[in-house]
Amino acid sequence: MTTACKGFLDEQFLQLEELQDDANPNFVEEVVTLYYRDSARLILNIEQALERNPLDFNKLDSLMHQFKGSSSSIGAKKVKAECTLFREYCRAGNGEGCIRTFQQLKKEYATLKKKLEAYFQLARQVGPAETACRPK
Amino acid sequence: MNLNNGKGSMSTASSSAAWKAGDVVPDQFPAGLRVLVVDDDPTCLMILEKMLRTCLYEVTKCNRAETALSLLRENKNGYDIVISDVHMPDMDGFKLLEHIGLEMDLPVIMMSADDGKNVVMKGVTHGACDYLIKPVRIEALKNIWQHVVRKKKNEWKDFEQSGSVEEGDRQQKQSEDADYSSSANEGNWRNSKKRKDEEEEAEERDDTSTLKKPRVVWSVELHQQFVAAVNQLGIDKAVPKKILELMNVPGLTRENVASHLQKYRLYLRRLSGVSQHQNNLTNSFISPQDATYGPLSSLNGLDLQTLAATGQLPAQSLATLQAAGLGRSAVKSRMPMPIVDQRNLFSFENPKLRFGEGQQQLSSSKPMNLLHGIPTTMEPKQLANLHHSAQSLGSMNMQVNAHGGQGGQGDSLLMQMNQSQARGQILNESTGSHVPTLTSSMGQPVLSNTVVGGVLARNCLAENGRGTRYNPVSHSSSMLNFPLNSTAELSGNSFPLGSGPGISGLTSKGTFQEEVNSEIKGSVGFMPSYDIFSDLNQHKSHDWELHNVGMTFNDSHQNNSLQSNLDVGTSVLSHQGFSSTQRTGQNRNISAVGKPMFTAGDTTDHVNAQNVGPINTFFTDNSVRVKSEFVPDASCETNLFPEQFGQEDLMSALLKQQQGGVAPAENEFDFDGYPLDNIPV
Repeated sequence: MTTACKGFLDEQFLQLEELQDDANPNFVEEVVTLYYRDSARLILNIEQALERNPLDFNKLDSLMHQFKGSSSSIGAKKVKAECTLFREYCRAGNGEGCIRTFQQLKKEYATLKKKLEAYFQLARQVGPAETACRPK
Repeated sequence: MNLNNGKGSMSTASSSAAWKAGDVVPDQFPAGLRVLVVDDDPTCLMILEKMLRTCLYEVTKCNRAETALSLLRENKNGYDIVISDVHMPDMDGFKLLEHIGLEMDLPVIMMSADDGKNVVMKGVTHGACDYLIKPVRIEALKNIWQHVVRKKKNEWKDFEQSGSVEEGDRQQKQSEDADYSSSANEGNWRNSKKRKDEEEEAEERDDTSTLKKPRVVWSVELHQQFVAAVNQLGIDKAVPKKILELMNVPGLTRENVASHLQKYRLYLRRLSGVSQHQNNLTNSFISPQDATYGPLSSLNGLDLQTLAATGQLPAQSLATLQAAGLGRSAVKSRMPMPIVDQRNLFSFENPKLRFGEGQQQLSSSKPMNLLHGIPTTMEPKQLANLHHSAQSLGSMNMQVNAHGGQGGQGDSLLMQMNQSQARGQILNESTGSHVPTLTSSMGQPVLSNTVVGGVLARNCLAENGRGTRYNPVSHSSSMLNFPLNSTAELSGNSFPLGSGPGISGLTSKGTFQEEVNSEIKGSVGFMPSYDIFSDLNQHKSHDWELHNVGMTFNDSHQNNSLQSNLDVGTSVLSHQGFSSTQRTGQNRNISAVGKPMFTAGDTTDHVNAQNVGPINTFFTDNSVRVKSEFVPDASCETNLFPEQFGQEDLMSALLKQQQGGVAPAENEFDFDGYPLDNIPV
């Protein structure tokens, strides 16, 4: 995990890296790509749900639960933290808090995406041997 | 470690399909463990698949619960363990868990990002063998094989306990398998292994299902002993240890008693709920209930009994009938309308069935509806267990009834019952004449669970022998199911209802695991569902409901007929339980369920029919519910069933339960909407 991603990713990301092997040399990148593609749909659903009036907190909580599960599986630490906060607001019935948190979440989500893209690019340039030697 | 050795021998000896399939090279265990992972999140699914592959497991992934179920059904022995997410769009993970437990009895691990205590507890109550918090680490996956081993081990142990001991030394070669189990259990294992093999063989022989797990067979006598012990101690004070001591049955463990007690308690609870509904088992059973099946009990009781009596009815038919009677809750309609056929069965069967009872009310052709609700898909496995004997039928009936009360939950139970019935069709044999007729006439499709029909028939048969009482009910139930297969299928449980009074002994088997051969004895119509359940075992939670229901009959009907009913019921129930899954295979399922009700006594017999109704619903949804229920409430002792009731109450209880919200998860029952009268075939 590059230091650039420090704080943004947790040990789960390391787990993914460990799974990468000769048989699946681009495993991590594949997973991350899949995550961004699938979560884009979830984000859209949440946005739509946030536009309703009144807000359906149960639905929001449920959607966010899915999103959180996905994000945690790739080790997206900050995104996950925002998800947790969002769910707390849902349980408290705090629509304002939800909307605010969601904006923050989207920011973190976008930032992480950029960082990971850069990371993969770097990894490709450096070559598989180098990336494999990453300290755990 | 021994494990390896064990595995080797296990694979050869153990029935588990997994090894038989030869997929795994024993010595490499746990490498090659066949895992099915279900998660709607593609990212998680991809990661899990990679992790499991890294552990050297054989992975199959799917993103929908429905897909997973069909995969499992198509290839019963194709997987060793299932890992499933809790929150999925098409089906709740817990429901899937229940289905798998009932139908395939595989270990299931739940996972979720949700680590709340309630959710984890739900996993426990629904029978999950483990719960993983996401994100899942590979270390957590490395050891999942332990659940597979543990389950096999427990099965053997259960089997060993079961009353049906088949010959015993076959498995000597397996004794070494026991090595890896705790030394304390070695002896058990050996025996259980033997039994297990025995059972497996028997099952395979007997019926299409491939039930491979040994279960304690709660024969009617055993169940009666159990109930006597419980009554002596007082239902509130009855603890497994004391019950065990009072029963003084060699080879029976506290765990067997504990699980049986759970079932019994659920059953009683159900009865108390059901009793309010139906007051009259009589006839309603056959009377054509309208689509919603109103009180199945009437129908159930009569028809089922007759059917049961004839023994011909395949368990399935019963289930169908029951289902129909039950009002078919969400069952998926797997069951072909057996109802229609059932009716026929009843009509003609009735005369035949009259075994000793005048009551045969069976004449009313309705009964078939009963099965509607019943999930016909009994698992083959369970059916296999069923064959244990007529007793199971009896138990089944009871069980079925029990379910009725429970409403919904019983699915699994019913299924089991059915299965057991189907399997057990032993009854048929005993009564001989009746049964055969039933089956033939039956033809009822009702439940795909032919087994059920058989079972019922068996039940009936058994009863006949016993006393006048009734079997008719059981027959009818079987009728319902039978159509599908030949009644003889009832193999398995047939629970010998025991002509005795009241099945009380039947206390549902609760976790199907045991093959309850319960003799429904005393209780009226209750199908000794528990036998069935035991077969089904694994359905654990589900079963209870049914069983219990049936059991209460005791009081009411003491008439002999009840017993038969019970059997039927159980079979029906059992079937029901399974039905969801089994449909394809076994059809047995449902029949059992419906039936239990009818056996209840003559008049009350009808109750069975009625009970059936609810049972169906019971089963259909229940799969999920049942599991969680366990319940300890036992306080119901109820004799909820007032004399007649038995089944009616059960049915109503079942119905209630179903309505309660059992979401039909996959009930394969297809019984939806079949009016009792017109069972569309």
